[in-house]
Amino acid sequence: MGAWKEFSKGLWSENPIFRIVLGMCPTLAVTTSASNGIGMGLATTFVLVASNVVISAVRHLIPKKIRIPAFIVTIATFVTIVDLAMNGYFHALHKSLGLFIPLIVVNCIILGRAEAFASKNSVVLSFFDGLGMGLGFTLSLGILGSIRELFGNGSIFGVVIFGKSYLPLLLMILPPGAFIVLGILLGLMNQFELKMAARQGRLPIIKREHNCATCVLHKNWFVSSGD
Amino acid sequence: MKEILRLTLILTAIAAISAGVLAFVSSKTENPIKQALRAEKMVAVSNVLPSFDNEPDKDTLSVVTEDGERELFYIGKKNGKVVGAAFEVIAPDGYSGPIDIMVGVDTAGVVTGVEILKYLETPGLGAKVATKEFRGQFKGKSIKNPDDWHVMKDGGIFRQITGATISSRAVTKAIARGLEFFDKHRAVVIGEGKIGSSGKGG
Repeated sequence: MGAWKEFSKGLWSENPIFRIVLGMCPTLAVTTSASNGIGMGLATTFVLVASNVVISAVRHLIPKKIRIPAFIVTIATFVTIVDLAMNGYFHALHKSLGLFIPLIVVNCIILGRAEAFASKNSVVLSFFDGLGMGLGFTLSLGILGSIRELFGNGSIFGVVIFGKSYLPLLLMILPPGAFIVLGILLGLMNQFELKMAARQGRLPIIKREHNCATCVLHKNWFVSSGD
Repeated sequence: MKEILRLTLILTAIAAISAGVLAFVSSKTENPIKQALRAEKMVAVSNVLPSFDNEPDKDTLSVVTEDGERELFYIGKKNGKVVGAAFEVIAPDGYSGPIDIMVGVDTAGVVTGVEILKYLETPGLGAKVATKEFRGQFKGKSIKNPDDWHVMKDGGIFRQITGATISSRAVTKAIARGLEFFDKHRAVVIGEGKIGSSGKGG
C-alpha cells in the first residue's frame, strides 16, 4: 500500500512537471519531438531510481554535513553511466539530446528527491518514489513533445499525421512553443483539478497564490534579521 | 580537526568508489562507442562517394596545408583504383553555429554528393540545408568556374533557401573552399602526384 502511494504520487498529485514545476530546463529544451521527450524522460528515470536506491541504502553512513556533495557525486556517477551507455547503444538519440544528458546532474528533481525522500526513507519506498517521479516526468515530457511535434512538424514519433499539405507551425518546435504548450497544459491541469476537488468536496491541491511574503524562507530571513 | 578529517575521508571514499564504477563502465562502452562513431562516419562517406569496394575510413590520406593544418581525405577505391575522395569541410558562419559538411568528389573534382553532418540551424528554415533539395544541387558541379559558387541572390547558380540565405551562403562557400583545396592537391590525393603519396597502397 505504502509503495503504491509513493509510486502513484509522481504521476498525478505530485507530478514533477505539472504540479511541482521542477526540472524546467530539460522540459523546455528537449521536447521538440515525442521521442526526444520520452528518451530524456527515461534517461532521467534511470538516474532517479538508481540514485534514490543508493542514497537510501547508505543514508545512515553519510554525515549530514557532507550529504549534498555525496548526493551529487552519486547522481553524477549514474548520469555518466547513462551518457556512456547511450552514446554506445543509442547513438542517434544521444546525438539529438546532446548536451542535455550531462545536464541531468543538475536536474533539481533528482537532488530534490534524494534530499526530501531517499535520505529519510527505506530502499523499497525510495525505489518506488524514484520510479513514480521518473515516469511522471517521462509522461509529461512525452505529452509536451507529442503536442509540439504534431503542430510543429505534423508528426508524432516521426509518423506523419497531418499529411504533406500541412504547413508546419514552426513556432511550436522553437523555444517559445515550449513555454506556450507548457503554460496551456498547466492551466488545463489546474482547471481539471479545481473541478475534481469541487465535485469531491475537498480543497484543491493548487497553490493559487505565489506570494513571497508567505514563503518560509522570507519569514526566517527577513523577520529574524529585522528587515 | 578530527571531524574535518573524518568528513574528508568519507567523501574521498565515495569519490573513489564512483571513480571505480565509472572506470568499469567506460571500459565496457569504449568499443560500442567507437563502433557507433565509425558507423556514423561510414554512412556519410558512402553517401557522398561514387560506389567503392574498399574501406575509405581506413584508406585515408592527410594533406598538410601551407599554414600547417591537416586535411583528411577518405579515399574510395574500386578494384584497387581510386574512384574519388570524401572530406569534411566546416562552415564557420552558419546562422546559429558552425555547420559540418561531408563532400564527396570523383577523381576529376566533380561533386558526387554532399551530406550535412552537424548543424544548429533554425528548424524549418536554416535546417533545410540538410534536405536533398538543397544539398542535391551541388552534385555534378565542379569548381572550374569559381564565380558560379554563390547562391542565386549573390549572382551564383545555387538556389538559396527562402528565409535562410545566411545558412545557404555558408554551406555554398564552405563547399567551394573545400573543392578549391581538393583541386590544388588533387594529384596527391588521387595518387597521380610525384610527391609523398603516403597513406596510399594500404
